[in-house]
Amino acid sequence: MIEAKLKIATCSLAGCFGCHMSLLDLDERLFDLTERMELDRSPLTDIKELGECDVGLIEGGVCNAENVHVLMEFRARCKILVAIGACALNGGIPAMRNQFDLKECLEESYVRGIGLVNAQIPNDPEIPLLLNKVHPLHEVVKIDYFLPGCPPSADTIWTFINELLSGQPIALSYTQIHYD
Amino acid sequence: MAEPESHALTEIVRDIVQRHSGMPTRLLQILRDVQDHLTWLSPEAINEVAQELSISPNKVHSVAEFYSFLYTVPRGCYDILFSDNITDRMLGNRELLHYLCDRLGVGIGEMRTDGTVTVGVTSCTGMCDQGPAALVNGYTLTRLNKPRLNRIAELVESRTPLEQWPQEFFEVSSNIRRADILLGRHFADGAALRAVLKRGPEAILEEMIKSGLRGQGGAGFKLAAKWMSCRNAPGEVKYVVCNADEGEPGTFKDRVLMQDFADLVFEGMTLCGRVIGAHHGFVYLRGEYRYLLDSLKATLQRRRDAGLLGTGILGEPTFSFDIDIHLGAGAYVCGEESALIESLEGKHGVPRIRPPFPTTHGYLNKPTVVNNVETFATAAKIAVEGGNWFASRGTAESKGTKLLSLSGDCERPGIYEYPFGVTVRRVLEDCGARDAQGIQMAGPAGHMISAREFDRRICFEDLATGGSFMVFDQSRDILDGIRNFTHFFVHESCGFCTPCRVGTSLMRDLVIKVHTGHGTPYDLEEMRKLGRIMQVACHCGLGQTAPNPVLDSLDQFPEAYQRRLRATTFEPAFDLNAALEDARQLTGRSDAGAYLNEEDLMLGAMP
Amino acid sequence: MSEELGFTLDGRRIPFQDGQTVMAAALAAGVYIPHLCFNPDFAPHGSCRVCLVKVNGRFQASCTTPAASGLTVQSETEELRNIRRGILQMLFVEGNHVCPACEKSGACQLQAVAYYVGMLNPHFSHFYPRRPVDASHAEAVIDFNRCILCELCVRASRDVDGKNIFAVQGRGIQAHLVVNTPSGKLGATHFSIHDKAAQVCPTGAILTKHQGYNVPIGQRLYDRKPINVVGDVAQLPESKGGRRHD
Repeated sequence: MIEAKLKIATCSLAGCFGCHMSLLDLDERLFDLTERMELDRSPLTDIKELGECDVGLIEGGVCNAENVHVLMEFRARCKILVAIGACALNGGIPAMRNQFDLKECLEESYVRGIGLVNAQIPNDPEIPLLLNKVHPLHEVVKIDYFLPGCPPSADTIWTFINELLSGQPIALSYTQIHYD
Repeated sequence: MAEPESHALTEIVRDIVQRHSGMPTRLLQILRDVQDHLTWLSPEAINEVAQELSISPNKVHSVAEFYSFLYTVPRGCYDILFSDNITDRMLGNRELLHYLCDRLGVGIGEMRTDGTVTVGVTSCTGMCDQGPAALVNGYTLTRLNKPRLNRIAELVESRTPLEQWPQEFFEVSSNIRRADILLGRHFADGAALRAVLKRGPEAILEEMIKSGLRGQGGAGFKLAAKWMSCRNAPGEVKYVVCNADEGEPGTFKDRVLMQDFADLVFEGMTLCGRVIGAHHGFVYLRGEYRYLLDSLKATLQRRRDAGLLGTGILGEPTFSFDIDIHLGAGAYVCGEESALIESLEGKHGVPRIRPPFPTTHGYLNKPTVVNNVETFATAAKIAVEGGNWFASRGTAESKGTKLLSLSGDCERPGIYEYPFGVTVRRVLEDCGARDAQGIQMAGPAGHMISAREFDRRICFEDLATGGSFMVFDQSRDILDGIRNFTHFFVHESCGFCTPCRVGTSLMRDLVIKVHTGHGTPYDLEEMRKLGRIMQVACHCGLGQTAPNPVLDSLDQFPEAYQRRLRATTFEPAFDLNAALEDARQLTGRSDAGAYLNEEDLMLGAMP
Repeated sequence: MSEELGFTLDGRRIPFQDGQTVMAAALAAGVYIPHLCFNPDFAPHGSCRVCLVKVNGRFQASCTTPAASGLTVQSETEELRNIRRGILQMLFVEGNHVCPACEKSGACQLQAVAYYVGMLNPHFSHFYPRRPVDASHAEAVIDFNRCILCELCVRASRDVDGKNIFAVQGRGIQAHLVVNTPSGKLGATHFSIHDKAAQVCPTGAILTKHQGYNVPIGQRLYDRKPINVVGDVAQLPESKGGRRHD
């Protein structure tokens, strides 16, 4: 009898995909992982529709309405939700815009930016509206695990996923935990 | 009160500083006086004060920024502050606040553009039995209502000096409803001082030991032990400090003692001076009781004239003692004795590291006794009537009587003196609280108890209290009170230690989240965890007790929380849709995508 | 017969001299108690509360508690670890601590203590306060976003440098570090990177200019070894990854 593989989904919200790069840094260990798990929605699979999953790994903070939608969906479909990386944990670099009003931010880019023609703040309904501040994930949904780092190293992710898959309590070594 | 020319400013400041003998310990008093002249402390004024006192401008600035009643931004010539205790709220102060703001055309906490008036709110002003109350330029206004506010608005618009305002607006009643041995028995001025001269300090200390008197401010430290420790402490110069910084919301018994029994309090202080060997005393009077200042000064002068204060008291050349009154400026934390001493020294009121304790290292690092107003008054009585007389009342561990300040939902709010050991139920019957669902005992820092605990007794063995007793009847929402208290602690935290500085804000936000119907059981658990950290980790009693109202009410009134909880297990920490409002405004969008719908939001809430 | 004075810390006997605090005695005995506002070169301050321990069953800050014979002190318990982590989390949400964008990262005491107490995330809701960065000084920069109000720079500048350059103003959550000049700018002071005040900041709030990333991320003081092993950054010479100027 073949054991059902664990389903894992990943996404990047207000992040830089650096955490996903770290995931790819698992290199040949990825083959080992694919033996035991199956990727659902993820930038790596290009699957657009999120199915019922065991684990969701989320990179990046929450900066706009679409981020909220995606995060809510992940929370609803994933049994275990993991916040990965500095931005997911405390907003990170994108949250540095919280020092300014949204108006200042948008005008800096779209009104006062150099070389703009027909400068205006974009209002196309296709573009998700920005929240007035960037927030970490845990301020929006319940998060089950946190993995700090910018990004967390491949080793850290490897240890984490292995222990999670084996049902062990997560025990990361000193060098596997860093905030930068 | 136009902007003075710079040389005029220099003159004003120099004059004030000289009146305070150029002493940096008088900094807070100096700043109060300067502000009285200028309505606020401009950078120029702060620099002048610093220069006159030869201290750094930033030190002056630190003090100016610490106290609520000192302003480093312009304020109106009439500075009106509504008392915002829960008892004022229960009497409808918020409606009156908005009413007055509308009449005067000014926003809450803002100065009207013509500089005439500022209207804001402040922590409890100690007029809970005659509220809604307010302060105008530091002077107490009681029993506010719309007709009174109409008149006040006219007086402000016509720029009528405060002295010409109707006297009844400033009338403060004592409302003594029940008197026992402290308030009820006649006391002949000087009797305690004659007793100590006749019998000697040791014999008086013996009486204090027999009496079992404990600090009446709430902490309950044995008076005799404190006096003895200070008396035995090495050093020639010692001080007596009366803590009249009655800041615990809902407490006003010290105000009544200072208003009607000031002689008794001063006599207790003088007695203490003789016992411990101090020649100087301070009354630290909370800024909210400024209206008492002139009459207290007059009482002190009368006592000097009568030979009960000053040099050679009662003709005894070795008996010298005098008292200064130091006026606070709106900082609850200064009720903590070491913060109070810092404030007396002219600094911002951050509690000191203890040990050492004030009895060995107090004011100017000299041995100092700090006692509450009621404690000094009681000590004076004991010196005359004897320790056994006092100890015959009360319970095994709580001798004598206690003054309670009753307010909230009762027919007869005011001051009640009971022997220790009285039950809550008895107090409620006496004050005409027929329908009480709960009591906030000893103020926000104390305990909230529900009806099933009304047979508990008021004494150190059971319910210890400094005297605040606020009644909530069945019509009240307990969480309204809790929310008010968490705001209070955010406002009053001194900011020195992490768990209080940050924890008070986190707790307030959690309470608001639940109060506004956005909480889940997860948030209640968060409150408990946060409260536990604050209780054990904070630097002083303020932070350690700040979570009490939340933790107590979670246990005593769980339904007040439960009925507001969402049927989900988790809710965002902020309003997601509101957080899109700025973007909607900037883009002018109102399409469906510009809002998050309830269905989406429920997805992540894990029902 | 000179019986050595001692108390018990987590079951271990710690000798002490009269006048020492629990923290100072533990440190002298080589036992680490996490701390931020404490620095052995200064009088104890007691504001960060990270060094909380249980002394004979009562919670106290070890940096301000006088050592005494017969005390039983608990430090490395699950309960204290949880409380300390909570306090660290409060500090992280109170300011703006963006480690990936901070030159101090890896040699930051705040970060190292947070690692030590097992902080994986800031847990609470962020305040995201708006605070300035002051780069007006030729040699140093102050990023107020990272200040945790330990007052070490205040104490160092006042008590050691004799310059009195820093102060804390405001009350409660409004409390904030200021520079003692009318403009509030560090550039208008006599501050020097050789001042004691330039060497004591436990975070990246006060940084020296012109030497960013001399040591790469990953090779810094706390990148390989925890703070209980290598010690406080302010106590170590630059040659060992610290910031003490000898």
